[in-house]
Amino acid sequence: MIQLEHVTHAYNGRVVLDGISLELGEHRIGLIGANGSGKSTLARTLNGLVVPDSGRVLVDGLDTRKHGREVRRRVGFVFSDADTQIIMPTVAEDVQIGLRGSGIGRAEIAGRVDEVLARHGLAGHRDHPAHLLSGGQKQMLALASVMVTEPRVLVCDEPTTLLDLRNVRVVTEALRGLEQQVILLTHHLDTLAGFDRVLVMDEGAVVFDGEPGAAVEHYTALMERRP
Amino acid sequence: MSMVGLYVPGTSALYRMTAGTKLLVLLVVVTVLLVLRDPWVSLSAAVAAPSLYAVFGLGGHLWRAFRPVLLFLVLIAAFHCLFTGWETAVRVCSQLAAAVLLAGLVTRTTPVTEMLDLFERLARPLRFAGVRPDRVALVLALTIRCVPMVAGAWTASREAYLARGLSGGAHRMVVPVIVNLLRSAEALGEAMSARGMD
Repeated sequence: MIQLEHVTHAYNGRVVLDGISLELGEHRIGLIGANGSGKSTLARTLNGLVVPDSGRVLVDGLDTRKHGREVRRRVGFVFSDADTQIIMPTVAEDVQIGLRGSGIGRAEIAGRVDEVLARHGLAGHRDHPAHLLSGGQKQMLALASVMVTEPRVLVCDEPTTLLDLRNVRVVTEALRGLEQQVILLTHHLDTLAGFDRVLVMDEGAVVFDGEPGAAVEHYTALMERRP
Repeated sequence: MSMVGLYVPGTSALYRMTAGTKLLVLLVVVTVLLVLRDPWVSLSAAVAAPSLYAVFGLGGHLWRAFRPVLLFLVLIAAFHCLFTGWETAVRVCSQLAAAVLLAGLVTRTTPVTEMLDLFERLARPLRFAGVRPDRVALVLALTIRCVPMVAGAWTASREAYLARGLSGGAHRMVVPVIVNLLRSAEALGEAMSARGMD
C-alpha cells in the first residue's frame, strides 16, 4: 500500500504537486494528464526519487524521506527512455548488475537472470550488446532489469512513448502479465483498458479518480477545453 | 559489435580461464617483452599473437582488434626510423602490436562482470583506507558505459546541426554535446538510483 499525505512539491517556485493525498492499493492503476501536469513528479515521489517539499509518502508504512533505499527495493521504476537505463555492455550483464552486492549467491543470480530474460523474450539476446537492441527490446530489457530485483510495486513512467505500435502492444502485454502492483503513466489511453483505477492529473492536482472509461472521457474533455 | 560490447561468446580454453589468470599472463608477457628489449623476441611475439586468435576461434576478430592501433604503429615506426634506427622501430612497434592483440584476446573472452568482480576483489585491501570496492567496480562499469553515451551525444548534436542546413565548425558541437551529456548523466543517475544502486 502506498499513501500520499498532503504532498506538495515545487521546481524553482513553480508548484507541480499541490497538496495531494491518495491511497494507492489497487492492482492496476493508471495515471494520465497533459505534459507538465505533474504526473512524472508524482510517480517519482512513489519510490523516493523525488522527496516532496512538504507532506509525506509512505510505502508499506516506510517514509520515502527516511527509508529511500528500502523503498526503492520495494518499488521498481521503468522510465520512458530505455537507453538511459542501460548500464552494462551486454543484456545479461545489465540485468545482473542490479543484484550485485545484494548478498545473493552467484548461482542464484545466474538462475534469476536467465529466468527473467526468458520471461521477457530476451533469452536469445543474453550476450548481445544492449545498445544494439531494438527500441522495444531495450524497453523489455529495462523492465527485466527492474523485475530481476523482485519489487512489490512497479511504477512505469510512459514506457511506451518512444515505441511503435507493435512494441507498445508487446510492452503492454508484459505489464499486464505481472503479478506486482503496477502504476502506469501513459499517453496511450487504450492501454488502460481493464485497469482497476485511473487518476487524471492537471496542474499539480488529481482532478479525477475513477474507472478507466470515465477517466479517459474526463481527460479528453479537459484537453478539448484547453486553448 | 558495439564500441563497448567487445566480449564475444565462446567456449574455447581461453574462456574457461579466470579473468585474473588471463590478466596475470598478459602482464607477465608484456613485462618480459619490455625488459628483454630484443627486437627479434618482440617481433616473434607480434607474429605469434594473431595465430592465437585463430587457435581460440576468434580469427574473424583479428582485424577489428588490430585496426585501431595501425595508424599509431605507422607513425611510431616512421619516427623511430628517422631518429633512432629501424631496430628500435621494429622493437617498439612489435611490443605495442603484441600487447594490443593479447589484450584484445583478454577483453574478447572475458565478460565485463567477471572483470568487475576481479577489480572489486583487488580493491578490497583499500577498504581500510575508506574505499568501497563495489564503488570501484561501479565506477569502472560507468566509465565503460559512457563511451557509447558520448558517441551518441556527438552523433545526435551533429545530426541536429546538419539538419538545420549548417556545416563545418565541429567546435560548435561542444556546448550541445556537453548539455546532452549532462542530461544523459542525470537520467542515468536517476535510473541507477531507481535500481537501488545509490
